[in-house]
Amino acid sequence: MQPASTWTPDQPIVALRDVHKSFGSFEVLKGIDLEVMKGEVICIIGPSGSGKSTLVRTINGLTPVTSGSVTVEGQEVHDAKLDKLALRRKVGIVFQQYNLFPHRTVLDNIMMAPLLVLREKRDDVEERARALLAKVKLIDKEDAYPAELSGGQQQRVAIARSLCMRPDVMLFDEVTAALDPETVKEVLVTIKELASDGMTCVLVTHEMGFAREISDRVYFTDHGRIVESGPPDAIFECPQDPRTREFLSKVL
Amino acid sequence: MTRTMSVTALSRITWRAPALTAVLCLASLTVAAQGTDGTRVSALSTLVVWIPFILKGFLLNLIMSILAMAIATVAGVILGFMQISPSVILRVPAKLFTQLFRNSPWLVILFAIMLLLPFQVTLPGGDKILIPDWVKATVGFALPVMANIAEILRGAVLSIPSGQWESAESLAFSRRQTLRYIILPQCIRRMLPPWMNWYALLMLMTPMAAILGVNEALGNTQAAMEAAGSHPEFLIPFYLFLMTIFFVFIYPISIYTRRLERRFSAGS
Repeated sequence: MQPASTWTPDQPIVALRDVHKSFGSFEVLKGIDLEVMKGEVICIIGPSGSGKSTLVRTINGLTPVTSGSVTVEGQEVHDAKLDKLALRRKVGIVFQQYNLFPHRTVLDNIMMAPLLVLREKRDDVEERARALLAKVKLIDKEDAYPAELSGGQQQRVAIARSLCMRPDVMLFDEVTAALDPETVKEVLVTIKELASDGMTCVLVTHEMGFAREISDRVYFTDHGRIVESGPPDAIFECPQDPRTREFLSKVL
Repeated sequence: MTRTMSVTALSRITWRAPALTAVLCLASLTVAAQGTDGTRVSALSTLVVWIPFILKGFLLNLIMSILAMAIATVAGVILGFMQISPSVILRVPAKLFTQLFRNSPWLVILFAIMLLLPFQVTLPGGDKILIPDWVKATVGFALPVMANIAEILRGAVLSIPSGQWESAESLAFSRRQTLRYIILPQCIRRMLPPWMNWYALLMLMTPMAAILGVNEALGNTQAAMEAAGSHPEFLIPFYLFLMTIFFVFIYPISIYTRRLERRFSAGS
């Protein structure tokens, strides 16, 4: 049973409060505070090893937190009583390595979770899956197996697979980091369309131009802390913290 | 045909199963028929008379191996899953059980099972059913293979990249659903060649049941030689024939296993 939620859409859909995470004696997150409103697109940038991926993974409970609170639509994610499956229906995630199921076709990959987890009717799911495939421009690949697709195509299937669960929030964990440069763009275009449709998106990315163009807010993280956050123009034009300035001077 | 000729023929033929099989059969006939005195020729004709009896025994080897493999596969898969279970109560006993049967001599397990299993069971209604020796032997063969199949399953599951678990988890699959729909189907491909290998080994071990008095191929061969007068001339043709029927059955399996292994290693 779900605890009654008092969440209303004018409150943050995702909220992290003083989130700490340690792997053994190594503290990856040292007190993260972050809020995402419905329909907002935020980007998390920062040097490698600054805890960005760990941060997004705490939002769907994939990585348990050591202390602090993570809520999605007002429900505590790291509450032992929470039905994790109910949470994961609300939060979709796309990974750097796509992680498609290699033994199933593209269409099956997209349909499996709605059919098996949500137990929806096959006809409905199939219609939705085809519409999503059209949206990510892979309608002619529905019978292909993941190994037959390029990295960019696989990543777009992974996005469609996640969307077919009709999530309220989408997490993107360095989704273009493993791609060939020529296929990065097609994935970014897909995410941009999604964002302009009003999907709430949390992105970890190394694509600075894209982060600046797409996001409502940018968070700069370093050594497990949020150093600075603000609208993209402010962060990229006049960063306040010396660490942000140093990082941006290296990557831009 | 002389013995020297058949030997050179043997050395020329390398890996083709049908040719090699033919040579083995010919060799057995050659050895039996080469002598000029009456006893040696009659060794061959004696064998011909007893072939149906030996084949009947071989049928029991087949039945025992197939049954034992079925038991070993079902029990091994359950044991393998227990080994990767998050629960300590399931995991630790399963590990111990697996290691015990993986690291014990087959013959010792066989003797232990023969002596430990009751020779009859009483049904709830009061009827008594005798457990034949070959059924006990089947259980004895199944146990070591079960332990090895459990290891194969465990290894295959661990070889699936963690990203598969993560993405299934993120799509709200339960652990059970993840295993059933995502992990296991990918494991079966990897498990098939070692599984077939263990079947071949198991089949080759079934004549051990003869030691315990089961009337399978080896037991029947020995009984046949004894019934025909126990002449030493019988030994080579009878045993060669016995080896040949096992060879004809097992060799295609090992060839097919190797082919599958090659195809899978090229595919991944």
